[in-house]
Amino acid sequence: MQRGGGHEALRFFLKRIAQFLIVLATTLLGLVAVTFFIGRIVPIDPVIAIVGDRAPPHVYERVRQELGLDLPMIQQFWIYLKKAVTGDFGNSVLTTNPVMTDIANVFPATLELATLGTVIGTLVGIPLGVLAAVKRGTFIDQLVRLLGLVGYSIPIFWLGLMALLLFYAKLGWVAGPGRIDVTYSYLYTPVTGIVLFDTAMQGQWDAFWDAVSHIILPTCLLGYFSLAYISRMTRSFMLNELAQEYVIAARVKGLSEMRVIWRHALRNAAVPLVTVIALSYANLLEGSVLTETVFAWPGLGQYITNSLQNADMNAVLGGTLVIGAVFVLLNLVSDLLYRLLDPRTR
Amino acid sequence: MKQLPKFLLSAAMVATMATSFSAVEAATPPDTLVQAWQIDDIISLDPAEIFEFTTSEIAGNTYERLINYDYKDVSKIYGEVAESWSVSPDGKTFTFKIRQGKKFASGNPITAEDVAFSLQRAVLLDKSPAFIIGQFGLTKDNVKDKIKQTGPFELTMELDKAYAPTFVLYCLTSTVASVVDKKLVLQNEKEGDLGYAWLKTKYAGSGPFSIRDWKANEVVVLERNPNYDKKAPLARVIYRHIKETATQRLLLEKGDVDIARNLNPEELAAVSKSADIKIDSGPKGGVWYLGLNQKNPTLAKPEVRKALKYLVDYSAIADTIMKSKGEVHQAFLPKGFLGAVNDNPYKLDVAKAKELLEKAGLKDGFTVTMDTRSTADTTGMAQAIQQTFAQAGVKLEIIPGDGKQTLTKYRERRHDIYIGRWGADYQDPNTNADTFAANDDNSDNAKAKPLSWRNAWDPGPLTAKTRAAVLEKDAEKRAEMYKELQQAVLDDGPYVIMLQEIEVMASRKNVEGVVIGPSFDTNSVAQAKKN
Repeated sequence: MQRGGGHEALRFFLKRIAQFLIVLATTLLGLVAVTFFIGRIVPIDPVIAIVGDRAPPHVYERVRQELGLDLPMIQQFWIYLKKAVTGDFGNSVLTTNPVMTDIANVFPATLELATLGTVIGTLVGIPLGVLAAVKRGTFIDQLVRLLGLVGYSIPIFWLGLMALLLFYAKLGWVAGPGRIDVTYSYLYTPVTGIVLFDTAMQGQWDAFWDAVSHIILPTCLLGYFSLAYISRMTRSFMLNELAQEYVIAARVKGLSEMRVIWRHALRNAAVPLVTVIALSYANLLEGSVLTETVFAWPGLGQYITNSLQNADMNAVLGGTLVIGAVFVLLNLVSDLLYRLLDPRTR
Repeated sequence: MKQLPKFLLSAAMVATMATSFSAVEAATPPDTLVQAWQIDDIISLDPAEIFEFTTSEIAGNTYERLINYDYKDVSKIYGEVAESWSVSPDGKTFTFKIRQGKKFASGNPITAEDVAFSLQRAVLLDKSPAFIIGQFGLTKDNVKDKIKQTGPFELTMELDKAYAPTFVLYCLTSTVASVVDKKLVLQNEKEGDLGYAWLKTKYAGSGPFSIRDWKANEVVVLERNPNYDKKAPLARVIYRHIKETATQRLLLEKGDVDIARNLNPEELAAVSKSADIKIDSGPKGGVWYLGLNQKNPTLAKPEVRKALKYLVDYSAIADTIMKSKGEVHQAFLPKGFLGAVNDNPYKLDVAKAKELLEKAGLKDGFTVTMDTRSTADTTGMAQAIQQTFAQAGVKLEIIPGDGKQTLTKYRERRHDIYIGRWGADYQDPNTNADTFAANDDNSDNAKAKPLSWRNAWDPGPLTAKTRAAVLEKDAEKRAEMYKELQQAVLDDGPYVIMLQEIEVMASRKNVEGVVIGPSFDTNSVAQAKKN
């Protein structure tokens, strides 16, 4: 029994990996194709981003040829694909670095922010949602729903600026925009690009606390937004579970209300919640452009937006691919978590 | 009910934890100047390629040029790397003597070899600004013969025509003529690229500061160059990329940056009330203008062109939307240039405009579009213009777009009206005359595409006059020629020039000695300090 189970689990695992690779490949190919052709139709001339508005025509023409823009579109696409397969995603015209180097620079900033934001959103959002479901129709329920509604409807850049104004400018509780103060920025060597991790590993505790003080506000803000979503979904999943017969049965059996809610109902609600959390995490990983702009956070969102505005298509394509891969990966992870959480799928 | 107190308790704990991380008292280090600035336009740090506002300023503080001009009085040209210069009797050969004993930041001595190499390199690489030197008849094929080292500290430069010496000298003050460290650059050469791939992100100069680090869309760090003759008081200058202007303001008010570069008029008004903040400004070589495409038959009528010049409320725009960012200026040469015309003949005059439109057979007005970059400044001006145009029955449709998008359309002559700014490429009047008043070929596949081409305008005899002005040796006569050109364009040209750009910096009161020069590469922090 034990061995058979292990075997089956392994088979399932391998099958999932294979499926994952196929899904990844097709998703990425589709993404590249769509992004590539949209990028070529966008009415922005990428050559201007490189040579500027005032370059003489012969310089302009030469750069156009260097970029391969004089070739037919299909041929351009084929050239791009051939290079991409070998891992060469081209150089960004704006930063002159290879696109993947750029992304390796900006992605950790987003990863740091999104991960902490999701942790906050989950740790606060789920209890709030459960609470609202249990106290359905009461003042507490209304309050939680209001909190969610506000989180949903207030523009993040406004809330971000107000939070900065209050906690940074007026009260001085946290540090301002940016990832770390200038004073500390050369005290540590970036290894992973995740400032909190790098400073802690190198024992630069002053720098670490400074980084913490910088990241608190934007993460709380992103956390609030994912909380708004997660608490709402938790509430509705829980309401659904609490109405089920097994809950009544559990209560009849005399189990404590705590046990019924947290061990039985939430356990069942957890399965769809995994998807909700994964989706919300993926959204944050895409880079929250507005948050990054307000907090001068050099992340993926700002990078892709800026690249797009300059028709820096290599950068846009590279960024899209990374986001696509993240989505597929998170999908895989939530699938695997399903299996762990839901005995029926075993 | 039991959960609630527990939850509140933990929330309170999180909150207290958060507050105990409170920031170190906000202040930048005393030997470091930190500026908040939108620097996402940087694409290269190689002086042979630099053509953007931000990088021009950075190059101005990190590289030296052969010659330079006095920021306070542009007409005073002096030698920077050059000790002296002379012009041959036929006016075609310039000889430069180099100052001895100067060093690059790397420690290598500066010789005539470096200067000749730098100028040749700019022409050979042939990037966007190369024409500023190349326009004297220097090409990839002949530059090594025309620019020659004639001694360890002497070089000559041979031109194809006897240009006005001021024209040549002003061009040599531009960023593209910066002196680079030949030895260092060639050590990093790859496949005969003259060190281009390397210098795009690195540094090889001799200015007051050296470039230590550039992280795209994040930060540029300058460090004092110990080998510079007049040691800079500051140890470090940091440009932080802060896209959002409201964020710039908060950082400035808090003292986390010393200077905010992109505040809008309301933000400037607000911070100017603070006792810790001061506002400095200076006129720049850029003008805001409307370009009227002459391919549009209505706009091609001379009366319509003129009528539209009477339909802009110049002073209202300068006093409100562009307050502290622009002043009324209507000629194509900005104030401070040789021969600039500074009287502004046009003001809002609806009756006169109507009269002109009636003459053109457009008594009931007409409809026209304007491609407008969706930034606060440009959109604000466009809306003001829309209102005043409407007073004479001209219905203006604003087509919003991203900067590069509207520009792409403009460059393809597919616009009706384009609103934008034009910055001078170098400090000589030819820079703007060449683009506003000359057009050698108005056909669709012309080789040169100046602003007059973009607006499909054939300036007729003005082209020849522009070409003649660069050969006039007498400075007064030359200034007179530019005045006539400006007058002609004011009268009949397809441009409604509205404002001259003003650059504003809001800085902490303890910052001193930051110079706002007339061009972008003359904003200097060389002698800036903090008290």
